[in-house]
Amino acid sequence: MKVLSKLLLKGGRVIDPSQKIDAVADVLIEEGKIAAIEPKIDAPDAEVYDAADKIVCPGLIDVHCHLREPGLERKETIASGSRAAAAGGFTSVMPMPNTVPVADSPASIRYVRDRAEEVGLIHVYPIGAITKGSEGKELAKMSAMADAGAVAFSDDGRPVGNSRIMRLAMEYSHIMDLPLIAHEEDLDLVDDGDMNEGYVATVMGLRGNPPAAEETMIARDIILARLTGARLHIAHVSTAYGAKMIREAKEEGLRITAEVTPHHLTMTEEAVRGYDTNTKVNPPLRTAEDVEALIVALKEGVIDCVATDHAPHTIEDKVVEYHFAANGISGFETALPLLWTDLVKEGKLTETELIERMSLIPAKIFGLPGGTIAPGSIADVTVIDPETILAVDKNAFYSKGKNTPYHGRLLSGWPVLTVVEGEVVMENRVVKE
Amino acid sequence: MAIKTKDLIDLEFLTADEITEILETAKPMKAVMRRDIKTVPALRGKTVATLFYENSTRTRLSFELAAKYLSAGTCNISASASSVQKGESLQDTGRTLDAMGTDIIVIRHNMSGAPKLLGEAVKARVINAGDGTHAHPTQALLDMFTIIERKGKIEGQTVVILGDILHSRVARSNIWGLTKLGAHVRVCGPPTLMPKDIEKMGVEVYYNIDKALDGADVVNVLRIQMERQQKGLFPSIEEYAKNYAMTEERLKRAKKDVLIQHPGPMNRTIEIPSAVADSAQCSVEEQVTNGVACRMALMYLMSGGESLV
Repeated sequence: MKVLSKLLLKGGRVIDPSQKIDAVADVLIEEGKIAAIEPKIDAPDAEVYDAADKIVCPGLIDVHCHLREPGLERKETIASGSRAAAAGGFTSVMPMPNTVPVADSPASIRYVRDRAEEVGLIHVYPIGAITKGSEGKELAKMSAMADAGAVAFSDDGRPVGNSRIMRLAMEYSHIMDLPLIAHEEDLDLVDDGDMNEGYVATVMGLRGNPPAAEETMIARDIILARLTGARLHIAHVSTAYGAKMIREAKEEGLRITAEVTPHHLTMTEEAVRGYDTNTKVNPPLRTAEDVEALIVALKEGVIDCVATDHAPHTIEDKVVEYHFAANGISGFETALPLLWTDLVKEGKLTETELIERMSLIPAKIFGLPGGTIAPGSIADVTVIDPETILAVDKNAFYSKGKNTPYHGRLLSGWPVLTVVEGEVVMENRVVKE
Repeated sequence: MAIKTKDLIDLEFLTADEITEILETAKPMKAVMRRDIKTVPALRGKTVATLFYENSTRTRLSFELAAKYLSAGTCNISASASSVQKGESLQDTGRTLDAMGTDIIVIRHNMSGAPKLLGEAVKARVINAGDGTHAHPTQALLDMFTIIERKGKIEGQTVVILGDILHSRVARSNIWGLTKLGAHVRVCGPPTLMPKDIEKMGVEVYYNIDKALDGADVVNVLRIQMERQQKGLFPSIEEYAKNYAMTEERLKRAKKDVLIQHPGPMNRTIEIPSAVADSAQCSVEEQVTNGVACRMALMYLMSGGESLV
């Protein structure tokens, strides 16, 4: 990436969980690296960004997203997805392999990396498939994909139903010592369900997808992780009982981590009333009790981090009968302000806790550069405006996916500057060309 | 005018007064049907289109005749005979009907929520003639009208809805309407065909038919679909009938003057034996007549007709 000579972020409130810093300071970036953090830095030759009244923190990292390329470019491309991520304050993202074809080979992994390199906005670390074609039958070439740059493995959206195959995948993953990311769903129990099973589904006449469909698979995979000693990262936890099982597994010392999405932290099944297909996600939006439990789990570290599950779709994928609508929310460009508004402003998480769960912890789980702005580290930085309130405008999204249930919501905590390896890729909501 | 919203999606969104007004207006409409000349000019110059994505003989005919008795022009579009098969979206089909000057679109669809989706896309007023497992408001209206004819009122009646509650839009719309007008509603069926948390709709849940029938004023027997057995929701049709058929013997548990309803078409060998289906206590044929009257009342009020109450 092109590197500016020097950039000085002046007078911001610097929050870096890795150094336990929360103080007003200047941050000097030089040759793509953090050069210094001091109360006052004079660098006459540096370009200066006035960060007064803003928060300067490590660049955000999203460990679960869908960039749709190759094969589904009508929904998103690596270019449009990179722009959306930069607009949302993300400096690194991990795209899922459920493209067409499925990213189940070293060539597919290299393709994603090469395309991201050409786009040159943010870091893209691809996730490889667990099984060939994500068909759940034979292991994919995980080791070769790791050599090509895959940072984790997942059959996201098409969970490995066969317990023996999942066991083999976990055992095999010891070669790379990379995590398997499990989308937890027993498809028989899901039974083509449209939304959370319960009163709202009953009244709306929509097919229920019971919490048990997710929880039985979480239980299975915890048991298999216990058997194999593998690293297991549980994707988008959506139920209180799921979080409880993860808590117990961690207490036992298993190598399990977990993520939760902004929408599962800020919306309940009640949002589905009215059949707005932008509320159709997988796992489905659950109850208020689940949301409360997930927030507590995130605060206590039972759920380690936030991941967007950015899932862009075309209008045609969404403006249909609820049952026929595609699952997913276009999430890059609302993740931070949603959680800032609903969790930080509401006193449920501190600024430091949220930033840590969106940068440092994801970096640690998947061994990625970034997540810290300690001097000497890669200069991936996000600057947040904690106060200005703006309405979500899906039509202004950089993502091709305008599928958001948050259009029009007034939020604060918008990212105003995204710096990747010392280069400004987004300023004041405008992504550089 | 009774209906404040543009579209009639379900009784859930109507007040008790609005429901009562429709039911009251259906009385003079029924009188019209008994005349030699069965038409009134209330909807003269208006066009009613029935857009059916599911097979249905009686509901479609009922709406069509109701529109004709009100002097409206009618046209029928069925999914199998239209551009729907070419992959045209529901909204585009609706906009086409709009562009041709349709005033009311009556929609039957196998997907819950489809009428709302259509209503948001068109200027015409939309009436839900049954969507998926969500709602069938005009069926509930005609069931309630029939109860009032037979029993005088809804309030205080104990109504049992019997059968496959999970997949029944008839059950859901009846629950909204009946509870709004003060009936005690019990739902009864196999646990595998009982939707989760339905008691929060203000009904009592029974798995045992004898207990459910105890002291009942009305029993609404739902049709059981054969494919539910194929999906494993109960072991066999025989076992379903053993536990949930509305037999003469079981009927003794209900009040002596119990009213038996069925939305049709009936499975006489399964949920409703002929001895009950053909008894004077069963209102199946009146329900069909009342369906036309209720749909006339609804379209009349939705077209800006003066309240007749």
